[in-house]
Amino acid sequence: MAQITLKNLAHSYLPNPQAEADFALKEMDHVWQDGGAYALLGSSGCGKTTLLNIISGIVRPSHGRVLFGARDVTDEETAARNIAQVFQFPVVYDTMTVRENLAFPLRNRGMDAAYIAARVAHIAQMIGMEDRLNRKARGLTADAKQKISLGRGMVREDVNAILFDEPLTVIDPHMKWELRTQLKQLHRQLGHTMIYVTHDQTEALTFADKVVVMYDGRVVQIGTPEELFETPAHTFVGYFIGSPGMNLMEAKITGNRAHLNGCEVPLGTSYAPVAGRSQIGIRPEYCSLTSGAGLPVTLRRVEDVGRHRIIRADLFGQAFNLIAPEGMAIDADMTRVVFAPDKINVFADDWRVAAQAGGAV
Amino acid sequence: MDKTQNNKAWFLVLPVLVIVAFSAVIPLMTVVNYSVNDTFGENEFFWNGLGWFEDMIASDRMHSALGRQVLFSAIILAIEVPLGIFIALHMPKKGFWASFCLVLMALPLLIPFNVVGTIWQIFGRVDIGLLGHGLASIGVDYNYTNDALDAWITIIVMDVWHWTSLVALLCYAGLQSIPQAYYQAARIDQASRWSVFRFIELPKMSGVLLIAVLLRFMDSFMIYTEPFVVTGGGPGNSTTFLSIDLVKMAVGQFDLGPAAAFSIMYFLVILLVSWVFYTVMTTLDNAETK
Amino acid sequence: MMRARSSAIVMTVYLLFLLIPIYWLINMSLKTNTEITSTFTLIPATLTFANYVTILTDPSWYMGYVNSLIYVVLNTLISITVALPAAYAFSRYSFMGDKHLFFWLLTNRMSPPAVFALPFFQLYSSVGLFDTHIAVALAHCLFNVPLAVWILEGFMRGVPKEIDETAYIDGYGFGRFFVRIFMPLIASGIGVAAFFCFMFSWVELLLSRTLTSVYAKSIASTMTRTVSASGMDWGVLAAAGVLTIIPGALVIYFVRNYIAKGFALGRV
Repeated sequence: MAQITLKNLAHSYLPNPQAEADFALKEMDHVWQDGGAYALLGSSGCGKTTLLNIISGIVRPSHGRVLFGARDVTDEETAARNIAQVFQFPVVYDTMTVRENLAFPLRNRGMDAAYIAARVAHIAQMIGMEDRLNRKARGLTADAKQKISLGRGMVREDVNAILFDEPLTVIDPHMKWELRTQLKQLHRQLGHTMIYVTHDQTEALTFADKVVVMYDGRVVQIGTPEELFETPAHTFVGYFIGSPGMNLMEAKITGNRAHLNGCEVPLGTSYAPVAGRSQIGIRPEYCSLTSGAGLPVTLRRVEDVGRHRIIRADLFGQAFNLIAPEGMAIDADMTRVVFAPDKINVFADDWRVAAQAGGAV
Repeated sequence: MDKTQNNKAWFLVLPVLVIVAFSAVIPLMTVVNYSVNDTFGENEFFWNGLGWFEDMIASDRMHSALGRQVLFSAIILAIEVPLGIFIALHMPKKGFWASFCLVLMALPLLIPFNVVGTIWQIFGRVDIGLLGHGLASIGVDYNYTNDALDAWITIIVMDVWHWTSLVALLCYAGLQSIPQAYYQAARIDQASRWSVFRFIELPKMSGVLLIAVLLRFMDSFMIYTEPFVVTGGGPGNSTTFLSIDLVKMAVGQFDLGPAAAFSIMYFLVILLVSWVFYTVMTTLDNAETK
Repeated sequence: MMRARSSAIVMTVYLLFLLIPIYWLINMSLKTNTEITSTFTLIPATLTFANYVTILTDPSWYMGYVNSLIYVVLNTLISITVALPAAYAFSRYSFMGDKHLFFWLLTNRMSPPAVFALPFFQLYSSVGLFDTHIAVALAHCLFNVPLAVWILEGFMRGVPKEIDETAYIDGYGFGRFFVRIFMPLIASGIGVAAFFCFMFSWVELLLSRTLTSVYAKSIASTMTRTVSASGMDWGVLAAAGVLTIIPGALVIYFVRNYIAKGFALGRV
């Protein structure tokens, strides 16, 4: 087990990258703490799988180094890095039995038979396949096969890290939840570094201690689920995390005031003058409808999703979402919206602007 | 896939039945007819029962031709199948060089059989052939027209030249269907090159490999033109395979009865072996989809 | 990369093995007969196209190519046309005797042409088809129809049945559905089947030689008959051989992108 360091890492699939757009991964420096449970979150094509493959050694980065502990492994083969990886679609050895599949990574490393038997039994119990150990993998269903892939990824105890590349795509929804819980539990037991790639925020937020959000080949924020929710470092994070995502509006910032379309909105803190394109972002959870003073909204429709209601509305001609608690009456004269001032985030050119030192009111 | 029970589907099969009946059943009936009759010429036939069959089963001529045939098919399968797999594993996976190799490899497959024979006949001749002349000039005593062993080697090399690409292309198609993730997983599992072959590549190739073996077995068992052109069955009878012998008997000597009995037994042997292959294949197919 | 290097070596050696005999044929075809028999040269000392001129100006030679192409194309058309509905039946329906029928069809692919040569000769003579293109085309159906059915069935199995059902619900009749919707879906399968039919019909000698004499004589038999004529005209023989390779090479070039998938016959 080791801490994984990415130094000035960048990757391009082109032989001679010139512009920044040629890079699938923009230059980054990042340290994955030993024993951490990370989720790598982002939409398709943002470079998360590339990053994962660089760590596992399937792809050699075109720029920068990868370090496991103090050891530079950039040029080392996948096998030498001693990591485990589980892929999006099940990879099983069809002609082997379930037992042989699970034992395969251990056998290849010359472990002794008694140890292998014990490990296989333990993993089989964990993935719930003890009763099918002697069956050929060929005839199993997709989710059974994926469980074997997961099992094979976890069977080695001494791995530096376990990487998961959207492993639950093919699994039934109820099994997803169960497997995710098991992974989490396993992480607590074994303390491996785990990196879990997904585009599903629920999966990321429930699995990980630290979520790494990627956007367009760049890591835009690393933080706890709470940090991502409250203080997104980039408008993408605000928009991507949460359901529905953060409302973003063009605004002019002066001190602790934001100006939208001639209306003034109080902010929780003061900001230095903002250069470039400035926006404010507010989560639907921190907006409320009122019949008193506020910004004028036009309600479109109300969706009842169980524990709360989502109100779809228009604000200055732009789509705007609010969340209202279940049971709150929505009257016809509620045509104004107010924001919780200290929950408003300010962005300049899509990046979050920190409050001015001592600017709190 | 679940299929609908529908006997009207016979109508869709009807055109095939008519064509195949015309080009297979009627001629086959003729063969059967000859096999049980004898003639003194002038189109007068009389019943001979299973006499020709008994004659042929006892005939040394047929035994030795069959022996040569089995030996030949066994040798070329033993060479072409492993070699084809080996070549397929070394073919470029994509890009210009993949197309380049594919086109060149498919080339021998589309050369008429007699031209294949001609190519090797010319290539192997001691007086004018590169191979024959080359071997002679480094002191190897090689002459396929009067040495049985040389004739065999020439015909086997020719068949390997002609058909290994078919096996290789089939295997290549099988290999292409393996997702990249399998190879990556194997690297992570620290699988050896042999394990990758044994547990990933071979299972994925097994379906097409069976087709390859079946096609190669059938075609090598019926081989006629190429050895006929190169050696004419000689020297002596050393390369007289079943088909060559049969044509000699039927067309050369006009021994219709024995030739017909010979044909039927020949056909039955192929049928039996192919049935075994076919059964194995469909069983595997079903196991796959279960 | 060590592996890439060794692969390149293996492929180079193998391709050389394939190409050297063909090179030798081409080399021969560009020499005069005197040069062929008197000296041994790796490249023609006196380059001559006389052999090709002989073939391309003598109708008894070049008509051989024309005849061959006629029956090969005829055979391919017949085989694919009858095999399409049959393959559809095998891939979609189960009916009485289907499995036995399928195997019986395949057995025809396994029957040695030598067995059929003589009966074919008698059959076609008696119905007056001897020495016609259609005779050879029909005879080659013996092995090409089963093969086409087999290949097409493999490709059709890959097309979900829901497509058929949707089309029927949308009011398509069987014929229109089959031609307009289904055939485009298995276009690559049809291409592969046609390729194989072309190939096996083009390369076959025994039946085409037995069933033709003058009018529909194939190039293959033209070649064998010239061999036995007085002395060996090696140069012309080699040139004729080279010319038989060209149609095949053209076909391969056009289907090169389908070869990899097509050779699996839809079964991977």
